[in-house]
Amino acid sequence: MGAILQIRNLAIQRGERTVLLVNDLAVERGEVLAIIGPNGAGKSTLLLALALLLPPTSGAIWFDGALVTSQSNLTALRRRMAMVLQEPLLLDKTVVDNVALGLSLRGVGRAERERRAAVWLDRLGIAHLARRQARALSGGEAQRTSLARALALEPEVLFLDEPFSALDAPTRAGLVEQVAEIVRETGLTTVMVTHDRDEALALGDRVGVIMGGQLLQAGTPEEVFTTPVNAEVAQFVGVETVAPGHVIAQDGGLAAVQVSGFVVEAVSDAPLGQAVLACVRPEDVTILPDVGRGLTSARNVLRGRVTRLRPAGAQVRVTVDCGFPVTALITRRSAQELDLAVDQSVSASFKASAVHLILRAG
Amino acid sequence: MDVIVNGGVEAVRLLLSGDHELWQVIWLSLRVSLTATFLSLLIGSPLGAMLALRPFRGRGVAVSLVNTGMGLPPVVVGLFVTILLWRNGPLGEMRLLYTPNAMIIAQCVIAVPIVTGLTLAALQSLNPKLRLQLQALGATRVQMVWLLVQEARLPLLAAVMAGFGAVISEIGASMMVGGNIQGQTRVLTTATVMETSKGNFSLAMALSLILLALMVLVNSVLTWVQQRQRPL
Repeated sequence: MGAILQIRNLAIQRGERTVLLVNDLAVERGEVLAIIGPNGAGKSTLLLALALLLPPTSGAIWFDGALVTSQSNLTALRRRMAMVLQEPLLLDKTVVDNVALGLSLRGVGRAERERRAAVWLDRLGIAHLARRQARALSGGEAQRTSLARALALEPEVLFLDEPFSALDAPTRAGLVEQVAEIVRETGLTTVMVTHDRDEALALGDRVGVIMGGQLLQAGTPEEVFTTPVNAEVAQFVGVETVAPGHVIAQDGGLAAVQVSGFVVEAVSDAPLGQAVLACVRPEDVTILPDVGRGLTSARNVLRGRVTRLRPAGAQVRVTVDCGFPVTALITRRSAQELDLAVDQSVSASFKASAVHLILRAG
Repeated sequence: MDVIVNGGVEAVRLLLSGDHELWQVIWLSLRVSLTATFLSLLIGSPLGAMLALRPFRGRGVAVSLVNTGMGLPPVVVGLFVTILLWRNGPLGEMRLLYTPNAMIIAQCVIAVPIVTGLTLAALQSLNPKLRLQLQALGATRVQMVWLLVQEARLPLLAAVMAGFGAVISEIGASMMVGGNIQGQTRVLTTATVMETSKGNFSLAMALSLILLALMVLVNSVLTWVQQRQRPL
C-alpha cells in the first residue's frame, strides 16, 4: 500500500452533532495534501483525527498499513509524526531547548539532540536566537521555532494546522516559500490545513475541499480550482461567476449554454437539455471596450454594464451585468486604460475552455 | 506606639540573648509549618493536576469542594482532628494528640485544599492547546503532566507561599491539637496569644514581629526562586 495514512467512513461527533464525515481519503507517501475550507468546516478536526490526537466516533484509520485500534500504542505512533499548530505553543525555555523538546521526550541523547536542533535552527534562519528565551521571540520567530521543533523530529508525516495564519503578510510569504522548499527537498509527507487558497496552491500537490464536515472534492490544485464539483466549492475556490443555464446545443465537445438570454459556449460533453452551472474564474475574464467582437479570438463576448468596481491589491475586480453577473479580475493599469466607471457599457470576454460546467438536477 | 517599639527592642534582645525557649518556639514553628507545607505539596499538587487535566464524573463537585476547602476555618479543622486523635477516637491508638505531629496533620488539612486549588488554577491558566501540542510531540501522560507543571512553576510557587502563609499564621488548630505545651508544642502564634492574655504586650509584640520576620524570610527565598529566571 502506497498510502501512509488512510481513512474510511470516519465520523466524529460532538454531542449529537456530526462534525466530520469522510468516507475515503488516503495520504500518499511523499505528497503534500492541502485541506482547504471555510472556518468551522471541520478541517482541523480531520487533521487531529489523522494525527491520532482525536479518537473518531466511528470509522477506521490505517497508519503505515496497520489499522489503528484502541489497543494500539498511540504514543509510539504519534512519535513517528509531528505537528505545527496555528499558535507556536512554545514552552518557557530557550529556543534550542524548545526545538529539542520532542527529541528529549523520545529519549534522544543530548549531543544528538543539539546537533539536530542546530541543523533545523540554521535551516529556518533562527540559529542566532538559539540561546534566547522563547517568550522573547516575535510571532514569526516563534513560529519558525515551532516548525524547527517539528522538523527536527524527522517525522514520517508532518501536520500543519494553519501555521501561517497568525503572521503578518510579508513574514507569511517568506515562511510559506521556505516551508514549500523544505518539504519539496526532503520529500516529507505533509498534510496541511488552511483557509488560504494561495497557500494551498503554493504547497499542495493535491487539494481537498472540506465544507460542512464533508470532503466534497480532492484532486490536483488545477482540477479543484478550475473544475469544482458544485457551486459551494466553486465559490470557495474563487470561481466568482456561477450562472445557471441549460445546454441548447452540443457539437463534438463544444456545448452552447443558454444563460438568461445569452448563449455561452463551453468546452464540455454535457448533453443537450442538461441543466448546468456555468463557472468562470475571474482571472479568465477580459474586459473590452464596448465594441463587440473582432478584438478577441475568445468564443464568448458578452455585452453589459459595469455594476461594481472593487480594488483588490494591485488588481481591480470588475463586475459586469450581462443579464447575469460576470466578474473579472484585471490589472489597475487595464482599468485605467479602459477608463472604467460604474454604469459604463463594456464587453466581457472569456474562452470556451475557461468555462467549467457543473451538472445539476432540474 | 510604645508597645510596638518596645516589642521590637524586646525581639532583638531576646534573639541576641540566645533565649533557649524562644529559639525552641521558632524552630518548632518552622519545623511544623514547613513539614506541613511540604506534605500538602506532595498531596495537593498531584490532586490539583488530576482535577485540572483529567475529566471525570463529579469533577465539578470536587472542584467546588476544593474551593470551599481553601477557606477552612482552622478552629473547625482543629476540632475535627482533635476528635479523630482523641484517646477514644478512631486514631486514638496512635497517641498523637498534643504532639507536633498532630499539629502537622492539622496544618496539612488546612494547606492541602489551598495547594490543590491553586495548582488547579495554575494548570488551567495554561493554554489548553499546549496539552495537544505536547501530545503531538510524542509526550506520554507522565511527561506531559511534568512539562505542564514546569510550565506553571510561577503560580505553583505562589501556591507554596500561600500554603505556608496559611499554616504558619494559623492558631486555632495548633492550639487545639497541640495544646501550647511549653517546650513541646508551643509555637509562635500560640505563645503570642498566651502572652497577650497574660498582659505581656511587649513580649507578645516581640513574638509577632519575629513571626512576621520569619514569613518575610521564607517568602523571600521562594520569591527569589520564582523570579530568578524572569528578566522583565
